[in-house]
Amino acid sequence: MTAFPPLTNVSRRAVLFGVATGVLVLTTRLSPPAHAQEKKYGGDAMAGGLKDDPRVFLSIADDGTVVLLCNRAEMGQGIRTSWGMVVADELEADLARVKVVQSKGDQALYGNQNTDGSRSMRHHFEPLRRIAAAARQMLEQEAAARWSVPVVEIKSENHGVVHGASGRRLDFGALAKGAAARPVPARETLALKGQSQFRYIGKDGIPLIDNDGFVTGKAVYGIDARVDGMAYAVIARPPVYGGKVKSFDAQETLKVPGVLKVVPIDAPAIPSTFQPLGGVAVVAENTFAAIKGRSRLVIEWDDGPNASYDSVQYRKSMEAAAGKPGKVVRNNGDVDAALAGAARRIEASYYLPHLAQAPMEPPTATARVTSEGCEVWCSVQNPEAIRTDLARRFKMPLDRIVVNALLLGGGFGRKSKPDFASEAAILSHAMGGRPVKLTFTREDDLQHSFFHTASVERVEAGLDAAGKPVAWLHRTVAPTILALFAPDPKHEAPFELAMGAVDMPFAIANVRVENPEAAAHTRVGWFRSVSNIPHAFAVQSFVAELAAALGRDPKDYLLELIGPDRLIDATSMSDAWLYGEDPKRYPFDTGRLRRVTEKAAGEAGWGRKLPEGRGLGIAAHRSFVSYAAVVVEAAVNARGVLTIPRVDIAFDCGGVVNPDRVRSQLEGAVVQGISLAMLGEISFKNGRVEQKNFDGYELTRIDASPAEIRTHLVDTTAFDKPLGGVGEPGVPPVAPALANAIFAACGKRIRSLPIRDQLRKA
Amino acid sequence: MVTFTVNGKNHTFNGDPEMPLLWYLRDVAGMTGTKFGCGQALCGACTVHVDGTALRSCQVLLGDIGGQAVITIEGLSADGMHPVQKAWRDLNVAQCGYCQSGQIMQAAALLKDTPSPSDGDIDSAMSGNICRCGTYPRIRAAIKRASGRA
Ligand code: FES
Ligand code: FES
Repeated sequence: MTAFPPLTNVSRRAVLFGVATGVLVLTTRLSPPAHAQEKKYGGDAMAGGLKDDPRVFLSIADDGTVVLLCNRAEMGQGIRTSWGMVVADELEADLARVKVVQSKGDQALYGNQNTDGSRSMRHHFEPLRRIAAAARQMLEQEAAARWSVPVVEIKSENHGVVHGASGRRLDFGALAKGAAARPVPARETLALKGQSQFRYIGKDGIPLIDNDGFVTGKAVYGIDARVDGMAYAVIARPPVYGGKVKSFDAQETLKVPGVLKVVPIDAPAIPSTFQPLGGVAVVAENTFAAIKGRSRLVIEWDDGPNASYDSVQYRKSMEAAAGKPGKVVRNNGDVDAALAGAARRIEASYYLPHLAQAPMEPPTATARVTSEGCEVWCSVQNPEAIRTDLARRFKMPLDRIVVNALLLGGGFGRKSKPDFASEAAILSHAMGGRPVKLTFTREDDLQHSFFHTASVERVEAGLDAAGKPVAWLHRTVAPTILALFAPDPKHEAPFELAMGAVDMPFAIANVRVENPEAAAHTRVGWFRSVSNIPHAFAVQSFVAELAAALGRDPKDYLLELIGPDRLIDATSMSDAWLYGEDPKRYPFDTGRLRRVTEKAAGEAGWGRKLPEGRGLGIAAHRSFVSYAAVVVEAAVNARGVLTIPRVDIAFDCGGVVNPDRVRSQLEGAVVQGISLAMLGEISFKNGRVEQKNFDGYELTRIDASPAEIRTHLVDTTAFDKPLGGVGEPGVPPVAPALANAIFAACGKRIRSLPIRDQLRKA
Repeated sequence: MVTFTVNGKNHTFNGDPEMPLLWYLRDVAGMTGTKFGCGQALCGACTVHVDGTALRSCQVLLGDIGGQAVITIEGLSADGMHPVQKAWRDLNVAQCGYCQSGQIMQAAALLKDTPSPSDGDIDSAMSGNICRCGTYPRIRAAIKRASGRA
């Protein structure tokens, strides 16, 4: 394996080659947005915005090889392949001659790189097409000039430019240099292809461009970085959030062969944002020596204010909070009057515990910090967060901080935080500039995650005599991610509430959503699909509970609540977030929710006769501006052992660029949803996480994975609509569909996750 | 001092005999295809073949492998076209890919011992290998494909 090149000339912002040779890199947009004063949405509203200069992202070598810089993290969503497809298509290039190279972290140059929120295709589809279309037009203009023919007589096809009348043809490689010197066409002059001409976009079965590396072990993940002369480190961090080292003794550690140095790291102030937690680091000649050395440390901790955090007690306090009125975060009509006048009132409470993202590759980073600058090699969702942190920490200008973004062995929200890169940099600095690789062991990962929130969700409905809901009261209680940034906030953020609580679309006249207080006692962070998980679990379980109480078919009843097709404006539901998107472009389209529900039900054979102990459950949910519905078939045997013969998931994210990767994301979402429903729990006692490794924090394995997962993509050619997200929206409906299927199979209602042995009979 | 082979090449090691093979491969030999996932035989990411048997390299101590032959993902085939690797490519099995070296090494060992595994054989042989991305449906399909069953 080749070592990474040494840090050289850190002030050089980017290596330019091919088309870009000799051309100054523009860091401004091609043309200003039409109405620069208006509120921005989507990618334009993200830090750094969207960039679409072909000279930044594309180069073409003399042999015609097209190199595309991918500025989004590859973490299993296949974005590098899907980006290559979009660019090859619009450029009229041969995908086999397109190489995708990972860009370094540089938000000013590449635009926003924070790979989360299911945005990488949703926000970048159009800019990518503009990048490729502009390059294609530059190539065509170059050919027209060389042949002295009008550019309208020319077209690009199959990686070259042709002049039909004369039969002349030049490969892109032959035109690249001249084309690069031409002005980039203004955005308004770009002619994008018609949908009917797509060659790669929407095509199934495109091989992953990283397949070779994946199957031969040559793929380089953050944890695989190798830098000449590097040392290896692990850190003993305070076991309780907010704690710090009182005293430590490293005598025995320093006797371990290979241990080089023991480095205390200060604990951050609380709230700690994305800062490392402090502790005692052991730096050694290899990871094993570092781990062994750490096991010999004797540390006395000051546990601080969260020393009594206890999940069992905390659940009780959340349940008490959910029993009383809280801050009103959505209010339509008069819920109290409607409840008072209802023929029947039904309520239920649900509990979901903390979770850890637990990407297979634990957080790991390698850093070299010298007076010249910092260089970091790691797998990270948001490289700019590392750069700004290190620039501030070491008082260096941003352009001295180089972040080499390597493949992520999964992210799921954990790696959008730069804490592990900061730790590696602190240690390299402490080692006088020697490069240091900092590894989280699995125990470290599970104890020092940014945990998915825990929550109690209480839902109450008032029904009229016909069983139609006339009132809906949802109280959501959960510690908020905002607690990372502000002292002791007690309410969910607008973006958390708008993940399935306030943006509840049912056709009910009187709706109130309340958010009673909850304080955070650990680091709460983003977990794939975030607050949609508890909110969808509560709402979609509750719909099935209502149906059961009324003796109605749960699918029919769900469709009745979804109601007639209509476009709901986010603001009318007090949804002030809408995933950062423009409410005009992304109304809540209940027709799309209805269609995925019907599709999942139809494909699953809803209503089919099932043997004793089997049942179907359904759930539907919109998140990340995409629509998903799931039908789970559950089997519960006489001993209460649960198996899952089949899952059907129907999905509408608008136009589908790479069907194979959308399906794989849905397959993964189903498995992850099943995993969190059946097994997922991080619990705290005395402020400490009780789970140590994958024996305590269990994940679904192949033998408990559904026997069959069938994915159904709906409306895949709807490129007339703005795109929806893909990575996250498959997860939220899975757990409630499973709970509903269990109820259908054996009559037991699951209101508390994980299910674990709740069904077991002695 | 201990001597063994990795992918047919001789290796000698003088250091701490308690060092797991995993960390020797990754940190000392610079062969990073073998992955760290848990360090406790709970995830299978570190699976290699030792004298033909699939083992968790995080549990194999260097002091115990004198004279043995280790095969890692880098040495599974000369051209990356072992039937399992080929099936993995054909079906785009990987998502993040991180667990897949271990999955492939485990699957290759399964097919060597059981050339036509049943669904039950596949699930039980592969249940020690966690995939957090959830590629299990494709892993099953790829093993069947590699075995000629599908
Ligand atoms: S790292 Fe060896 S089994 Fe997980
Ligand atoms: S492919 Fe990501 S862990 Fe298996």
